[in-house]
Amino acid sequence: MFNFKHEWIETNIGLLLVLTMLAISIGGLVEIAPLFYIKNTVEKVDGVRPYTPLELRGRDIYQREGCYLCHSQMIRPFRDEALRYGHYSLAAESQYDHPFQWGSKRTGPDLARVGGKYSNEWQVAHLTAPRSMVPQSVMPNFPWLVKNELNFSDIEDRMKSLRDTGVPYSLTKSEYDDNVKKFGAQTAEMLSIPDARKNLIAQAQSGNYDGNSGSISEMDALVAYLQMLGTLVDFRKYDDDAFVKYR
Amino acid sequence: MASTAISSNEQYNFEIVKKFAIMSLVWGVIGMAAGVYIASELAWPFLNFDIPYITFGRLRPVHTTSVIFGFGGSALFATSYYIVQRTCQARLSSDGLASFTFWGWQAIILLSGISYMLGHTQSREYAEMEWPIDIMIEIVWVSYLALYVSTIMRRKQPHIYVANWFFLAFILATALLHTFNNLAVPVSLFSMKSYSLFSGTQDAMTEWWYGHNAVGFFLTAAFLGMMYYFVPKQAGRPIYSYRLSIVHFWALSFLYMWVGAHHLHWTALPDWTSTLAATFSIMLLLPSWGGMINGIMTLSGAWDKLRTDPIMRFLIVALSFYGMATFEGPLMALKDVNALSHYTDWTVGHVHSGTLGWVSMITFGSMYHMIPKLWDTKMWSAKLVNIHFWFASIGVLLYITAMWISGITQGLMWRAFDQYGNLQYSFVESVAAMHPFYAMRAIGGMFFLSGMLMMFFNVMMTVRQAKRESAALESKLSAKMAKAGLAGA
Repeated sequence: MFNFKHEWIETNIGLLLVLTMLAISIGGLVEIAPLFYIKNTVEKVDGVRPYTPLELRGRDIYQREGCYLCHSQMIRPFRDEALRYGHYSLAAESQYDHPFQWGSKRTGPDLARVGGKYSNEWQVAHLTAPRSMVPQSVMPNFPWLVKNELNFSDIEDRMKSLRDTGVPYSLTKSEYDDNVKKFGAQTAEMLSIPDARKNLIAQAQSGNYDGNSGSISEMDALVAYLQMLGTLVDFRKYDDDAFVKYR
Repeated sequence: MASTAISSNEQYNFEIVKKFAIMSLVWGVIGMAAGVYIASELAWPFLNFDIPYITFGRLRPVHTTSVIFGFGGSALFATSYYIVQRTCQARLSSDGLASFTFWGWQAIILLSGISYMLGHTQSREYAEMEWPIDIMIEIVWVSYLALYVSTIMRRKQPHIYVANWFFLAFILATALLHTFNNLAVPVSLFSMKSYSLFSGTQDAMTEWWYGHNAVGFFLTAAFLGMMYYFVPKQAGRPIYSYRLSIVHFWALSFLYMWVGAHHLHWTALPDWTSTLAATFSIMLLLPSWGGMINGIMTLSGAWDKLRTDPIMRFLIVALSFYGMATFEGPLMALKDVNALSHYTDWTVGHVHSGTLGWVSMITFGSMYHMIPKLWDTKMWSAKLVNIHFWFASIGVLLYITAMWISGITQGLMWRAFDQYGNLQYSFVESVAAMHPFYAMRAIGGMFFLSGMLMMFFNVMMTVRQAKRESAALESKLSAKMAKAGLAGA
């Protein structure tokens, strides 16, 4: 009979290394790898699209200021959260989020569906001086956002690296055509990397998020991002329990 | 006396241990001060002072990185290099490589802190370092692994001591986690910015697989390595059960890697994954408590030491907090409890009962044991060690009590309905209700930081005292030699 002695492992560094590596690898392999292959992991819904160039820069600023440390973007399927924040978050809604911004802490409220809840003016005033809008808030002031001009000199590079990760920003004509089929012509236009700069400027000027049409500030980008959060899926189109089977 | 110190310095590379030990205390002071500051920002938001570099969002990763990787990491380098040399009775295989890990690691922590304040972050909790720093970590870490394994290969006896298994598991797991969690596409060669390779659900799962195992291996397995050496040493008794340590090691290494998804209960992560994680979280209670019992029972027959030996107190209180935190963890991993606790301060309190109660306390105890041995002297003030113990204990208790109350209050206020079925509280009412507890937490942190400062001062004075002692000894010795030389002539 094969007579195992733990002493073999204790006296053999090679064996110890291999067996330890084996022991620590299995958990991640079983839990992570299938998420890439099981089709039901991400729901099929209409409306979810990658960020426009301006929204993308806004999202970068959201990350830069560490917003994710106090605000989640993941609504759970509970009655109180439905009343407070809206429909629970779908995996599909963050499918283009590199990295995800689900967060882990709500020192402030969840922002997954904050888009459209407040006016642009409110957002700008609140970000600049939160206590002017909400006296009990503990959020820091971000007065530099309106003052800083938005740097979008590398917007094409940013979109190209996201394209490398699999986000359907288009570089070529055929990629553009695919996007037209998938998202419609208007959205496909916004996802075209060669037109990124033009699109960014146009959206900032027509949206006029910070109330100053003269220049494009970091505030323009951040508010553009906040105002689209959670607005892409039209939940009126789906039955109440349409997404239960994915969970 | 001096001659034994010199010969042990030739036998072992203690210089590198000394350097890491001192830097661990330096980062402890910096990181805990940053912690107290950001805690105060939440209680009194004017402290953000409208300065981008010190707002909560940018300073929080400075806190976590300096305490986890600066304080904890340097302490682990120090103790693991000390333990591997002593238990293998062999010198580190390369002084150059050891030195490289020191300077590399210190540069990594410093650059991370500066880059966060400037706004460069991957926005992955506990892995905020951007891609150039991630590559530096990878290089330093592989050097660490190579140095550690090659030193074990030089051991004088056939057995590899149990503390070294835990350190090896920690080094391997950290390499694995760091590599996969930081897969990203940089914007360009000259840009700090990168975008993670995975997105949404898969990205969240990868991050929390990393995040929880940073706790499991960096903050647990490695510190258990510390425990398995310093507790028996300080107690002057062998480890309670060798068999239990074998079970402890394999069960812990295997089970920990499954539990990360309990950070994602009720999210868009599929249910099967989070259920699996909850199940393994509960199983994890067994090896965790097995390890705790193994440590505490090592003291059986020498319980009186708890009355007289402040170092022993640090070590045993650390194990008690380890036991408490590893009971609370599985509890919070239950989906029903998690529905209340998630997103609240309860999580923050739980983490700190682990990091302040377990990680810091075991480090303090181990350092107070090791530092006098390294410098061949006694601690400058034993009394100050004792005062540190009480400051640290009061600090942790204030901190976690404040966070329990605020966390559970938040959870209950968010889900409270009035008689008409509407939400009873607006969100900001819950924020306002937190204020006294945020203040209490900051005060708890101040206690803990004060203890850390006492330790830093005590160690600096100890080093000075050691230098004076060895200078005095040397002059005595040379006087004797001169006399003997004269007599001979």
